[in-house]
Amino acid sequence: MTLSILVPLLVSVITAATPLLLAALGELVVERAGVLNLGLEGMMLVGAICAFATMSLTGNPVLGMLAGAGAGAAMAGLFGVLVLTLASNQVATGLALTLFGIGLSALIGTGFVGHPIPVLPKLAVPGLSGLPVVGPLLFSHDALVYFSIAATAGVGWFLKHSRAGLILRGVGEADSSAHSIGHDVIRIRYCAVLFGGAMAGLGGAYLSLAYTPMWVEGMTAGRGWIALALVVFAAWRPWRALAGAYLFGGVAVLQLYLQGSGLVVVPTQVLAMLPYIATILVLTLISSGSMRSRLSAPACLGKPFRPVG
Amino acid sequence: MSVLIPRRQFLAGGAAAAAGAALGGTARAAAPLGVGFVYVGPVGDFGFSYQHDVARKAMEAALGAAVKTTFVEKVAEGPDAERVIRQLASGGNGLIYTTSFGFMNPAERVAHQFPKVKFEQCTGYKTLPNMAEYNERFYEGRVICGAIAGHVSKAGVAGYVASIPIPEVVMGIDAFTLAAQKVNPNFKTKVIWINSWFDPGKEADAAKSLIDQGADILCQHTDSPAVMQTAEERGVLAFGQASNMQKFGPKAQLTSIMDNWTPYYIERTKQVIDGTWKTGSVWLGLKDGVVEMAPYGPGVTDAAREAADKVKSGLIAGTLNAFTGPIKDQKGAVKVAADATIPDEQLQKLDWYVEGVQA
Repeated sequence: MTLSILVPLLVSVITAATPLLLAALGELVVERAGVLNLGLEGMMLVGAICAFATMSLTGNPVLGMLAGAGAGAAMAGLFGVLVLTLASNQVATGLALTLFGIGLSALIGTGFVGHPIPVLPKLAVPGLSGLPVVGPLLFSHDALVYFSIAATAGVGWFLKHSRAGLILRGVGEADSSAHSIGHDVIRIRYCAVLFGGAMAGLGGAYLSLAYTPMWVEGMTAGRGWIALALVVFAAWRPWRALAGAYLFGGVAVLQLYLQGSGLVVVPTQVLAMLPYIATILVLTLISSGSMRSRLSAPACLGKPFRPVG
Repeated sequence: MSVLIPRRQFLAGGAAAAAGAALGGTARAAAPLGVGFVYVGPVGDFGFSYQHDVARKAMEAALGAAVKTTFVEKVAEGPDAERVIRQLASGGNGLIYTTSFGFMNPAERVAHQFPKVKFEQCTGYKTLPNMAEYNERFYEGRVICGAIAGHVSKAGVAGYVASIPIPEVVMGIDAFTLAAQKVNPNFKTKVIWINSWFDPGKEADAAKSLIDQGADILCQHTDSPAVMQTAEERGVLAFGQASNMQKFGPKAQLTSIMDNWTPYYIERTKQVIDGTWKTGSVWLGLKDGVVEMAPYGPGVTDAAREAADKVKSGLIAGTLNAFTGPIKDQKGAVKVAADATIPDEQLQKLDWYVEGVQA
């Protein structure tokens, strides 16, 4: 494979990985706080349409991104009221949130089908973007790509080195203990859930503003579920989520390139399965034997918490 | 959720049709014919169902007070469909168009129970004395695209973003490639299957990888404008699908294949009103005005325009057949002898690629 093919291929991988990474990072923080939100797909869709609608009406990409994040957070706030305040079942509520999001985004989007908008501008770095190979790979992306990498570093630092991150992890591992030493479990979980929603909304915004700048019903096409699998795949660690997102994006894009090159002899359906086979494989590996104890899920994941006393 | 509103409209429409029928007792000739439409997608999909609804409105406008139409959108193929079709049949409609392959069996069952109601099934193979079948020769549009591609492509390589490997899609790939090879014998078509009708992200990724691998013209047999948009962004040319995608590729779009059901709907509805309607099975194309091409884009050269117009008139006059031999398959074996053609029954089961297709 020559450089002239390799560089655009890697650029495509970055594009394919970014929405997954954004959504997975948010969900990772939510799950670390002990809450399971299966509504990623719904939050992404609502984020996608709100970002698109705002961009379409105002022409301002920053407002568009903010609207996407805000809409995702609003959906997550609804989820928070149900599972945190009213202590409803997290799995059922999350699934309902996805279905609600699919319908709501279609309703909001009725007037926006078939409207083109300008693509999210690329932030070129003077002098560096023009370099061969390194230029297109590292220095000519849009703001959300850089943000997703910065967010990975930020979330990594927050969880590992900050006091607030320690408390958040404590809430996810032992909610009653955290409560008994005076931490407001519900409030902390609300913050995590809202952050998760905003990140999912941004992931959706990336799809409708940068990936394919358009709105069509159900345009996430299952990416919310892949992001959800990514969190487990990454064993709840941000940098592994980044590696996972790039791996998932990479396999998905590579199978398309292989088809186009005419080099493959396997049926295309097998190639399309590859990312999912990779997930199952990694899940099997990390959950077996000695790896298990080191990489297990947050202890309170999915359990409702009712403060007593 | 979203089914609720159309159903309400539908019930209201049914009541109006019934009221119309009751009033018609005094002036029989003036009673409008109730015509029902069942769509598989939302009318706002800007694709298949949208085009059927455009035709419904046009038919209503053309026939005026003689008809009263009702539609039900987003109907799932299966038991739901049978319920909807039966409701339409018992609600006073004299003619019902069911517009997806999966509605064939439900429509057949209802047709047995309502012998006086006429049914029109879009795509399928079953007919009854009161149920006709109609389909579109989508591939004829691909022939025109191929003629243009042969002239316009400098690389002689087209990229084809394909959905699901069924005969209809394979037929399009073969027809396109054969037509392009008539202009440029070395023409190649690279195909990428995304195994979905609809995934804008994946459609865009497939388009990018085809461009990176040397294609300077893109074709799509998927539903979103993502391929057109990618072509515009990367400065290559492309053909649209199902509707006019010019807004997404003002420079990129060469032309687009569009479905136009209006002439068929007007003709068949009129026949029911006149009492001359007969069952049958038709496969309509350019000649019937059902396959239409969007206006040529700026990328179409004079030579390409001339070739495309010639192909179009040949297909309409019947002097040109898209699948005239000799046709070789990918391995170089002759599948269709010189001057022979592929009969329709075999075409509808087509499962092999012609020479020059890379898939």
